[in-house]
Amino acid sequence: MSFNAPHIDYAGLSPVIALTAGLVLVLMVGLFRWPRWVLPAMTIAVVAVTAGLALWQWDEQQDLVAGALRLDAFGLAVCLITCLSAAIVVVLAIREPAAEEAGYGAFYALLLGSVLGMTLIAQAQNLIAFFVALELLSIPLYVLCASARRAEPSLESGLKYLVIGSIGSATVLYGFALLYGGSGSTEFTGIAKGLAGDNGSDTIVLIGVAMVATGLAFKTSIAPFHQWTPDVYQGAPTPVTAFMAVATKAAAFIALARLFEVALGPTADDWKPALAALAVISIAVGNIGALGQDSLKRLLGYSGIAQAGYMLAGIVVATEKGLEALVFYAAAYTLMNLAVFAVVVARERESRYGDDIESVAGIGRSRPLLAWPLTIGMLALAGLPGTSGFMGKLFLIEASVDGDYTWLGVAIVIGTMVSLAYYLRVIAAVWMSPEPSATPAPSGPGAAGALPAISGGSPEADAIPKGASRCWLIVGSALVCGAATIVFGVAPSPLIDWASHAAGSLTTTVS
Amino acid sequence: MIEVLLWAPLAFALAAALFPGRIAGWVVAVGGLVSLAMAIAIVVGFDPSGGLQHTVDESWIPTLGVRYQLAVDGISLFLVLLTTVVWLAGTVWSALNPPERPRLYFLMFGLAETSVLGAFLAQDLILFVLFFDLMLIPFYFLFGSWGTEHPGRPEEDEGPIRPQPATLKMFIYTLVGSLLMLAGAIATGVLAADGGSVDFNIQHLAADPLGSGSQYWIFCFFAAAFLVKMPAFPVHGWMPDAYRVAPLPALALFSGVLSKVGAYGFLRVVLPIFPAATSHFQEVILVVAVASILYGSVMAFTQTSARLILGYSSMAQLGFITLGIFSLRADGADGAVLNMVNHGLVVAPLMLIAVLLVERAGSDDIRRMGGLATRAPVLAALFLIATLALLAMPGSANFIGEFYILNGTFQSKIVYAFVAAIGIALAAYYALRLYQAAMHNRKPEGIESREVGLLQGAILGGLIACIIGLALWPGLILHRADDSVSGQLSATSEAPTEVAQR
Repeated sequence: MSFNAPHIDYAGLSPVIALTAGLVLVLMVGLFRWPRWVLPAMTIAVVAVTAGLALWQWDEQQDLVAGALRLDAFGLAVCLITCLSAAIVVVLAIREPAAEEAGYGAFYALLLGSVLGMTLIAQAQNLIAFFVALELLSIPLYVLCASARRAEPSLESGLKYLVIGSIGSATVLYGFALLYGGSGSTEFTGIAKGLAGDNGSDTIVLIGVAMVATGLAFKTSIAPFHQWTPDVYQGAPTPVTAFMAVATKAAAFIALARLFEVALGPTADDWKPALAALAVISIAVGNIGALGQDSLKRLLGYSGIAQAGYMLAGIVVATEKGLEALVFYAAAYTLMNLAVFAVVVARERESRYGDDIESVAGIGRSRPLLAWPLTIGMLALAGLPGTSGFMGKLFLIEASVDGDYTWLGVAIVIGTMVSLAYYLRVIAAVWMSPEPSATPAPSGPGAAGALPAISGGSPEADAIPKGASRCWLIVGSALVCGAATIVFGVAPSPLIDWASHAAGSLTTTVS
Repeated sequence: MIEVLLWAPLAFALAAALFPGRIAGWVVAVGGLVSLAMAIAIVVGFDPSGGLQHTVDESWIPTLGVRYQLAVDGISLFLVLLTTVVWLAGTVWSALNPPERPRLYFLMFGLAETSVLGAFLAQDLILFVLFFDLMLIPFYFLFGSWGTEHPGRPEEDEGPIRPQPATLKMFIYTLVGSLLMLAGAIATGVLAADGGSVDFNIQHLAADPLGSGSQYWIFCFFAAAFLVKMPAFPVHGWMPDAYRVAPLPALALFSGVLSKVGAYGFLRVVLPIFPAATSHFQEVILVVAVASILYGSVMAFTQTSARLILGYSSMAQLGFITLGIFSLRADGADGAVLNMVNHGLVVAPLMLIAVLLVERAGSDDIRRMGGLATRAPVLAALFLIATLALLAMPGSANFIGEFYILNGTFQSKIVYAFVAAIGIALAAYYALRLYQAAMHNRKPEGIESREVGLLQGAILGGLIACIIGLALWPGLILHRADDSVSGQLSATSEAPTEVAQR
């Protein structure tokens, strides 16, 4: 038996290679002093090149690296979504103290590292590769959360995320061990083979499936494993929060879908009801939790929990339509959430209210260019017609009904009704409240904690000169995301075709 | 033509954002005028026995089976015309006296008109639901941003009503219904396809109805959406607050047209697609309708706010319309279609007159009004005509509509017809009470009687002329609606029901 060096498909790996090379490059270049625009521009260039390469490989379908990774449009969809979010997050991080102080390009390198992890986890079809990618995705995020080193909430958020994230990772790892024990393989297709027949209902296997689901539920902030989400979202620097909210979610969901549909397909009848129950709990917990929030970041954290519940419905039905709906929703959700976060970042700098809902009060009059993306984003998150959010919900509900989970579709609808109460509260603040007078600094219990500028005593937030805090790039990215949300709400077909292609590439693997 | 009709208001409203705020209203009014012209052209060229006309059918979201399908038939024809007429009146009225932030205000007007027209024209169930939900957004902004605080009823320990909570209440109430409807609509299409390709065309769905088990629960979802929108008796909780804070010109549109969309939905969607459920739940809806008539009428003559009198009277009138539809007789449904148009034409000018009353009396409390007719004969005459039409005076088209409705109900469910007939007498009381308290009686201190301005008078005059025109020639609508109405009812009358035996 002769040893064959594995064939390396450089073209198929090119997005991953580009990201890795870019990461190293940014880190090296960051060692020297440059004008402050150089590193962000480089990072954007790296993700742009990666996205270009991903589009180039869009129609390919093959195994990479001895079957550890699978090159298909389903995984590349995550690459595209995360590259887009990373590019916008870099823009949002302009003049962010966390990004400028986290020495020598570390912020950008970590961001690229996380993107790399996300790209890999979406392509992984081997338990080992999956876990390595999961860690590669998570560890940079722990650091990024804590990157505003002088702000106590940021450090707290990083630590919290580290602890919870490690628990999640450990749970996943235990689950993987049990799955390997039950099926005798670490390959997804091998596991599927091993679990076919009686093996699939073995207690060991079912415990393994449950642990994997639990661990990944921590990552995707699905209730009841969501407790960290609002705290971490609130404490982390806002651009990082935005990145976690959209990219992590998309990547983890796509990876979850591949793992459950491909590897655990034979046990589908066991995990479908369990995931459906998690989806309903998430929808309920997220929407009810968001009702009383005054901090926009906490509100978006809870809303993200509810949205995770909606997306989970796409996995539960386990049909091609469900996966299409999942990919579509993940992409649409990325755009609408980024529109909202861009506005939150902008207002955090301009107003003295941090991320409190007061910070957007009355901007319908004073800052219409920010008010519109925020309004569109909120309407889309609430799933109102004319936005891509409506199309996404339509898609998910149709997939649920189609997959004999009509009650899950009704649960989505009921969750949406509850969610209106808090999404509309933000819109009402934007358009129907007077702008809070600028002179008195906020005080009292409502403002405490929400304000790194006073509670953490971070001088850098105050050090930003007032005039410089208005950044056209941030406003521009908010407008672009808002416009895209409307465009895909009126003419969703391009995005739907894109999602169908991505989902179709996975189902051909399964069959 | 039908696409210009639908999109012109929104297009002009978007264009108006580029103009200075002073003339934004007039730009939107031009859009409304274009729509009105198209609507008139469609009415003129309408073939009464032609079924669906001016059909547009384009692929929109093939993956989901949703198509962009528009058409007009005898039922929607005059509702479209009503929409364009009332909207033009409301837009010009607002343009005469533009509110603050006019561009946003008129953008919402345009968006609202397009979405209402879309709901009337849509032939695809999902498209219908989309427009139905969409029309709430502009009214949320209009009521919330330009609404005014209302003192409430201090004598009943009711504090002041602020626009934001009231609007939020309205939004959630209405959307609860319509989101359930979205789930129901999707379920209808998917279940009807039964594994095949999904199709949401209303006529195709009607041709191949679901099993009665599915029909029952989906019917409930749709009925919830439409009854909340009207509003009907047990689900009207949002109405009093929202009506009291809303800006009156927007309220004229809301009350005049949006409430009809619910009734229209029953005729367009529920009756043909869920025939078994319609027969099954007929009595329930009839009870709701009669309860709305009685409750609305009683509330209307105990209220002191002019807005609420009109609001509750709408509720009673919508009860009549629902009664006519659910008599499941062609007469009743014909009368319902006629009265939808009538009521829209009556309540819109009355809301605009309420603007004038509030201007003169300083509040909408009719106890503080009085004697406003002394120096304003034209206003008084216009007001009187609208009032008489509201109470369905013989000779008005409303009378003919109610006659048809009751005639239909007598033949199918005689008990309900008897109870509902009381509502007509009550209507006379509350309508005349409003008129009398405002225009006659002794004039309190500090209130001046002033004639209506020329332009505002012209707008009111135009609407009143429509009322008179319809009174003289109700066949204009009945003749064109009859065929389509019978078509919608055919499914339910074929279904084995106990209607005929009763």
